[in-house]
Order: sequence, then C-alpha cells, then structure tokens
Amino acid sequence: MINATSASTVTATVESTTECPLLSVKELSMLYAPGKGFTDVSFDLYPGEVLGIVGESGSGKSTLLQVISGRMQPDSGEVLYLRGSGNAQIEQIEELYSMAESQRRQLLRSEWGIVHQHPMDGLRSRVSAGGNIGERLMAIGHKNYAEIREQAEKWLSDVEIPLERIDDMPITFSGGMQQRLQIARNLVTHPKLIFMDEPTGGLDVSVQAKLLDLLRRLVTELNLAVVIVTHDLAVARLLAHRLIVMKQSKVVETGLTDQVLDDPQHPYTQLLVSSVLQN
Amino acid sequence: MNSMLKVSNLRKTFVLHNQGGMQLPVLAGADFSVNQGQCLVLNGHSGSGKSTLLRALYANYLVDQGSIEMRYQDQWIDIANATPRTILNVRRTTLGWVSQFLRVIPRISALEVVMQPMLELGGCRQQAEIKAANLLTRLNVPAHLWHIAPATFSGGEQQRVNIARGFIVDYPILLLDEPTASLDTTNSAVVVELINEAKARGAAIIGIFHDEEVRNQVADYLYNMQADKASEMQKSTSPHVNIAC
Repeated sequence: MINATSASTVTATVESTTECPLLSVKELSMLYAPGKGFTDVSFDLYPGEVLGIVGESGSGKSTLLQVISGRMQPDSGEVLYLRGSGNAQIEQIEELYSMAESQRRQLLRSEWGIVHQHPMDGLRSRVSAGGNIGERLMAIGHKNYAEIREQAEKWLSDVEIPLERIDDMPITFSGGMQQRLQIARNLVTHPKLIFMDEPTGGLDVSVQAKLLDLLRRLVTELNLAVVIVTHDLAVARLLAHRLIVMKQSKVVETGLTDQVLDDPQHPYTQLLVSSVLQN
Repeated sequence: MNSMLKVSNLRKTFVLHNQGGMQLPVLAGADFSVNQGQCLVLNGHSGSGKSTLLRALYANYLVDQGSIEMRYQDQWIDIANATPRTILNVRRTTLGWVSQFLRVIPRISALEVVMQPMLELGGCRQQAEIKAANLLTRLNVPAHLWHIAPATFSGGEQQRVNIARGFIVDYPILLLDEPTASLDTTNSAVVVELINEAKARGAAIIGIFHDEEVRNQVADYLYNMQADKASEMQKSTSPHVNIAC
C-alpha cells in the first residue's frame, strides 16, 4: 500500500561524522585561588554549533571563557583550535598556549570574535561607529577606504543601526545599539568562532528579543561556532544547541539544551531550572 | 513492511533531588516498534507516562535503561544513547515533533516560524514559502496574520502554526503530542488529513490524542500505558484500519 522509501523523504546533507571539531578543550583547569576558577573542563565545539555555559555567579564560567579565548593562561590542560580559513589544505590543529602570544592576538583579530557584556569594553569610545567596524578590517590588512566604508555600511544595516549614525561616536548610542555595533565590529572579519559573555545582560527585554533574533540569524547564515556564557536560561534555550552547567568551579551537567532544561539530572540543575520565574 | 522505530525495554524514573530525593517511576520496560506508514497511538489515563515516553523518543528526556533505535539515513541509530550532535542531526532530517505549545523567539513572523525547519535543511526560500503558505491556508490561519509574530495569536492559532511547522518537512518519523488539543472540528479534520497524507508517503507516526474521534481516524495500533508493568501493543479496532490509504 505504500511505495515511499525512507531515503526519498530525506533531502538533507548531513555533516559526515569524521568532521573535525573547531575547538577542542581537554581537561582544562585554572584556579587562581581555591574555589575560584574552574577545574577539569573538557568539550568539543563544531562549526555552526552554539554552546551555552550556564551557572551561578562565581561558578567559574567567565574565567573559563577567558581561558578558552586565549586571554588567560590555564594551570593545566589543552585548548586545541583548528586554524585556517575553512580551506582544508591550510587548516591545522594548534594548541592555543603553545603558540606565540602574537599568534593568539592575530586569531582574536581575525578568525575569532569576542562580544563583551559591557559593549564599551569591546568598542573604542573615541572612534566613530563606522570607524569601529573599519578598524578590525584595517587590522587584517584592508587599505581601500571606500571598500572599508562600504563594508561598515553593510554591517550597520545588517545589525539594524541607521546609516545616518555611521559617523557618530558609540558613546552617544543606546545600550542595545552599542551591543549591536559590537557584534558588527566582531563579524566584519568573517570569524569562525565567537565568544560571548552575557551579551544580553544589561538590556531591556524588548531590546533583548531583537538581539537574540539577530544573533540566531547570524549564527545560521554564517555557520558560526559560538560559546556563550549566560545566567539567563531563556537566552540559553533560544540560542544554544548544547549546555554546560557549572557550579563551584566544576561542570555538573552537560547535554542537549532542551534535555538539560526539561529533564535536569543534577540536584543543582534541578534547582536552577525550578527557580526560573514563569510567565 | 519496513520498520522505522524500535523501542526496547525502556525504563525511566524521575529523581527529584530537591524534594528529598523522591523517586517517580514512569516507564517500566516499554517495548514496541512502528513501521513505515503506520500510526501508533499512546493510550492511557493522564499521568500514565505517555508524554514522558514521547519526549524520550525525541531525546528531550533521558532514559535510565533501554534503547530507542531509529532508521536514520539507511542506518540504525539508538537515539537514547546518541551524542547531542547526532540527536540534532536526526531531529533536523528524520524526526519531526509537534507539541501543544509554540516556543519561538518573540519577534519572528508566523510564516518564518513555519519555514524555519525547511530552511535549516538547506531548502530554497521560495519553495519553503510556498509550502508554508499552503499549510497555513489549509489550516485556516488567515493570511493577514502570517507576517505577525505568533506570540499575540490565540491558543488555537498558535497550535496551527505549530502544526504547519511540524509538517513542512516530510519527516520519516513524526511525533505528535496532542496536536488537536485546542482545535475546532474543522481544523481537527485538516490535521487528520495531514496525518493520513504523511502515513501515505510512508511516515511512521507516534502520537498522543485525547480526542477519541481523531484517535479512531488515525490509529493503526494503540499502545496501552501501564505504570507498573510492561505495556502492550494492541491493534486498533476502529473501522478505518481496513481502508487502505
């Protein structure tokens, strides 16, 4: 009675299982005082994947983000990164803290992006909005002014900042606009990996929704890998594919985002999930 | 007939750590399989574990024991023991889910919400839009609502957006959690049509339907949930079973 086959209904191409992780964190520890920092963290992150790190303040999640983004030397463990611009011939796996510091800085300027909680930490206050975007292009060798300005305009409109604000200083922007500008500045160099620390932290709910929508669209369109630290479980649910739950310097639970939030296993995660106010 | 899904000896007990470690046994050795073109309805009183079982099939809930094997791109995958990455791939390509409630980013339009699963599969925008519009029309969601975010819609309208989203990709396996719960008879009939069309193209369907009429129109088998012992699979006695689709 049925002539359909299971294969005919599947049209998608699925990544082969042999694909390499973009970032591979192995038994990483960094304690700057007992109970301050994190111990024994391991995970893999693949292109296009969003990993959420949730937990209470002081659980070590921001320190973890700093170490895996090359800004703080760990006590022990490895951070392996698949370097190269998506071209299999020049890609190679490198350990972050075995490379020269100048190399790590180069990564942060080109293949990586960092979105800080306070946008002005990631922006230059005395440089125009357009200049903030253009600066990152110039840092990787772009010289043509007209091209840089064109790119700046494109990104401003992508993050929904009115073009007439291109020559204004970011300190004159609202918090939500500053955050979108910070995202534009990071994405202009087409990074493969973005680190975000509470990106919607200080924003109004209405602005938050808009930013989440933008982030989600960009992640899909640009096949970005993202590590996002947040204490907001709703943000984690909307953005992250997978979650790491941290408590007192340790990973207490990991898994698929909706599974961790809907069927939490660890006492701490159960407490965290049941403490969220419903609306 | 080709088997699509094999569940064996599935066990799950909820442990509530913040309620003094209270244990709630829910699944005690669930066992069944579903073939292409068949619809299995999970049957039982409320609290008998139907939703838990359905969520386990979607890997939304973990299980303590047992396996959930699914046919995924010509191989068998045990979704109860797969990596998150594999589960996401299976969900994107093979395993559809329609729940009672819609959970989306506040600002996205209804049309976009429906199109998303098809776009995520690499589908062309134009085709996704045609298919989404077609589904929304069949489900009687008025066209002037398509470009509005569904957060402001009525419960029934939201549910129909959700159904359109679940049916836009021709998933080989489809899980339905009371898809007709807040729908009137006209729209329930459309959902029955969609389910029967999915069966006709060879989809394996597992669902929960409280509405007896809907259940009788789609079910090939009933799976009677019993909390304390292994449940049984039973052939649906409704007349439609003899009608070939």
